[in-house]
Amino acid sequence: MAKLKFGVVIFPGSNCDYDTYYALRDVCKQKTIFLWHKEHDLKNVDCVVLPGGFSYGDYLRSGSIAAFSPLMQEVKEFALKGGLVLGICNGFQVLLELGLLPGAMLRNKNLKFLCQFVHIRVENDKTRFSHRAKKGQTLKIPIAHFDGNYFAPPETIAEIKKNNQIVFRYSDAEGKINEEANVNGSAESIAGLINKAGNVLGMMPHPERASEILLGSEDGRVIFESIIAKLN
Amino acid sequence: MKVRILVSLKDSVLDPQGQTVKNALHTLGYGSIRDVRQGKVFELELEGVSEKEAEKIIPEISDKVLANPIIEKFSWQILEKG
Amino acid sequence: MIDKKIIEEYNLTQEEYEKIVELIGREPNITELGIFSLMWSEHCSYKSSKIHLKKFPVRGKNVIQGPGENAGIIDIGDGLAAVFKIESHNHPSYIEPYQGAATGIGGILRDIFTMGARPIALLDSLRFGPLSKSKNKSIMEGVISGIAGYGNSIGVPTVGGDIYFNNCYSLNPLVNVFALGIAEKDKIFYAKAEGIGNPVLYVGSKTGRDGIHGATMASAEFDQNSEEKRPNVQVGDPFKEKLLVEACLEVMAKDIIVGIQDMGAAGLTCSTTEMAANSGAGIEINLDHVPQREEGMTPYEMMLSESQERMLIVAKKDKFKEVQKIFSKWDLEAVIIGHVTEGGRLKVKFEGEIVVDLPVDAIVNLCPVYNRERKAPSYLKSETLLPPLPQPKNYNQTLLKLLSSATIAEKEWVYRQYDHTVQVNTAFLPGADASVLRIKNTKKALALTLDGNSLYSYLNPRTGGKIAVAEACRNLACVGARPVGVTNCLNFGNPEKPEIMWQFKEVVEGVAQACRAFDIPVTGGNVSFYNDTEGISIYPSPVIGVVGIVDDVSKAVSPGFKEEGDSVVLLGENKEELGGSEYLKCVFNMEKGIPPQIDLKEEKRIQEFCLEAISLDLVESAHDISEGGLSISLVECSLLSRRKIGIRLHLQDDMRRDALLFGETQSRIVVSSSSQKLQKLLNLAEKRKVKASVLGKTAGNRIILYHFNKKIIDVPVDEAHKAWKEAIPDIFRIK
Repeated sequence: MAKLKFGVVIFPGSNCDYDTYYALRDVCKQKTIFLWHKEHDLKNVDCVVLPGGFSYGDYLRSGSIAAFSPLMQEVKEFALKGGLVLGICNGFQVLLELGLLPGAMLRNKNLKFLCQFVHIRVENDKTRFSHRAKKGQTLKIPIAHFDGNYFAPPETIAEIKKNNQIVFRYSDAEGKINEEANVNGSAESIAGLINKAGNVLGMMPHPERASEILLGSEDGRVIFESIIAKLN
Repeated sequence: MKVRILVSLKDSVLDPQGQTVKNALHTLGYGSIRDVRQGKVFELELEGVSEKEAEKIIPEISDKVLANPIIEKFSWQILEKG
Repeated sequence: MIDKKIIEEYNLTQEEYEKIVELIGREPNITELGIFSLMWSEHCSYKSSKIHLKKFPVRGKNVIQGPGENAGIIDIGDGLAAVFKIESHNHPSYIEPYQGAATGIGGILRDIFTMGARPIALLDSLRFGPLSKSKNKSIMEGVISGIAGYGNSIGVPTVGGDIYFNNCYSLNPLVNVFALGIAEKDKIFYAKAEGIGNPVLYVGSKTGRDGIHGATMASAEFDQNSEEKRPNVQVGDPFKEKLLVEACLEVMAKDIIVGIQDMGAAGLTCSTTEMAANSGAGIEINLDHVPQREEGMTPYEMMLSESQERMLIVAKKDKFKEVQKIFSKWDLEAVIIGHVTEGGRLKVKFEGEIVVDLPVDAIVNLCPVYNRERKAPSYLKSETLLPPLPQPKNYNQTLLKLLSSATIAEKEWVYRQYDHTVQVNTAFLPGADASVLRIKNTKKALALTLDGNSLYSYLNPRTGGKIAVAEACRNLACVGARPVGVTNCLNFGNPEKPEIMWQFKEVVEGVAQACRAFDIPVTGGNVSFYNDTEGISIYPSPVIGVVGIVDDVSKAVSPGFKEEGDSVVLLGENKEELGGSEYLKCVFNMEKGIPPQIDLKEEKRIQEFCLEAISLDLVESAHDISEGGLSISLVECSLLSRRKIGIRLHLQDDMRRDALLFGETQSRIVVSSSSQKLQKLLNLAEKRKVKASVLGKTAGNRIILYHFNKKIIDVPVDEAHKAWKEAIPDIFRIK
């Protein structure tokens, strides 16, 4: 399989940049480079990954200041031209702030940071990020966030549902959607959301932390493998 | 010029922090508190800006940066002129 | 003019003041007095503990750096070194729990990356008053949020630790934070100020009037007015520190700096004098160049400020621009504030005048050392006697009660607030006997644990010290890790009280004896005295951190049972020892008795056997027996099993039933073994002269225990799970 080029963006305060780089380069064996937030060059990557962390300390709102960085203007253009963009955790928050995905994040419903393994159910297996999984399949992947309680006004939610944009929902191990499994309180139990064009995915769970059995799960790899299979 | 901007969650958005504060106040015996909404305060010092210009700039930066219009609203006032 | 009152205010004795005058050949000015007050405080100088700490074994073939530096360093093979340390942040955490704990995390992380290591793990040992009091609850919530707020943001996983509750911590909680980093063995940095004329750079946050006199605050007793000290508490900025970590590690990867030191508890004073003293050099700085956050700061305030997230760097003369360039990439300023000089003096200029001119050796190395008076406390006689006690009628209820006691109950409510999976190394989630972190690109893993039962230390300090080390090492043995290095945080009351000093010496000797018995070096640590509030001292509270190595991470063993039908085997011997147990505390509200005894040779034999059995793949699970005794340990193995597998076991020891179930006899481990491997395990035990008793098998979904054919416990696993899991969330649920 020909190697793809992934670009992992580093914002000041990113802290899953190395983890994502490691999962892509060392586990999935893809060509992976870092992209620096102050630059304007995407260096011809095939897929941009916005990693988790606390960009700019998340002191204003999670992901808000990162959305204004020079590189993100390039990423926006790249996405609008159909380039693949994956935002994980803080990366998802940045995509929301940037307007590449609809909605916003509120504080978790229990008002605490939550770090734990959760299950997410694959809702749409036709996307470029999920076609290697099966609809209805559950994936065991950790979350680690304070602001992961997805919110959007009712008309937006209706639109999202109509377009089949919900890619992952929080569920229990058996794939049941309920209040208890929806640990952060997200609207519609949304854990992962794709844009209408199908080239920008944001998700709160961390697939890079579930890419090796040693770490308790390798379910997250299916997302990277879907991208790799699609782009080749 | 000194300007104060208040950013808080829209009324249509649940504010669990505000709810928690309200419950705590009720527990402490302040039963008369009907509702609490929590928000953020920004105090900005501006230089060489007229009031008219401020009226243009402040909503702009509030909308673009300080608040997320999907979930938040803002209001502002001039604290010190000049 | 410096008079008696001022000397006292600066926490110095008249004799100490006279010594200062003698050493510098004149009276100090007020800034200079402040510098001595800080550097000669208990917190910075270890003046009461130094002579006792010498008893620790500090040498070993893998020791790269022992006590005395920012952190200890152990060679872990593959060209890598583990850099680790534990430190207390008790006093600040009482005054302002969130910021106190947060800045504790910031401080310990700086100690690690200052030496060139990327921090990969945090653990914390916390002691609070009982959660029946709302004040204790809010302190605990604040401390946990503070640890989470800082650690999560900076992206270092908090992977473990321990929490105990006791009345003695109500007014004096303990927050001990441990951090570990990994460095390339040949790229370690020290606090050096070498090369006359090399520039001294100030990096990081601006200096404000934060925490002036924090170190001296940590060296004095608390009273009711302590809460008024609130403005002194520093505020942490994890984002700034994250930038500092990245920038410092980037600078260190190049050959452009000579030495680096963080500005910790004593700010500019400590970093400049220590760097100079370590190298036999001097330092001259100009305070006018120090970045300042507030206006009109005096030299005294600047020298003593404890503003967080600041570093001092001595750069190579011709390379400082490169250093500045890297910091500016990370949006940080690196400002030259002075240079290295000859002659071993600290000279400080301010507005054109020299405001400090002192010999660094006097400040750093010549603080008087005390061999303080010691006396065995009188409580020992009465507290170690146990009255006749009735045995429980309903053991099911007693078991559930213990499972839901805050000390034993599951701590998921706590650790899920901590990001424990960032950095993708966490092989075992918190809750296992030890945290296990794989080392990328090797087969190995590091295992980390913190331990310290202070009730044992209260009832017998020497035994308490030994057990703290033994149990920490046992935790490592249970996951399959060999211990390689020890760090410790010794939390005690006022050392000027002879009883406290006696406790201290006894604990230190116990810790030292155990470290020698296990042949593991102490690479550093921290002493926190003056943990007294309103005249009440905490229990002697040693916290022992041990770092171990798992040679093959795929062989690491977790505590939960794996399959139904596996045999449950007890390694070690049951004895009738109830003193100091969680059972007595929980059921009789009694903190009394003789704590469990420990035979270090026996302990070592059990641990080595456990390690050998794990390396030969003979066990499926291993869990140590500690608080709550044999029954709690067995139940935990069920609760930690993925499918919540039950047990049906037979106990055959002729002793009080409650002692058998809940006594905390040491040197015991519960393992499980599949039927194919059981005989091999038992044969090996015989060969190694370790007592191994087959208690029965894992089975069904109930916890069933027989004693001489009488069923004494029969509880559904689900019910036990609920008691254990819900206890802490229940306490904090908003009602």
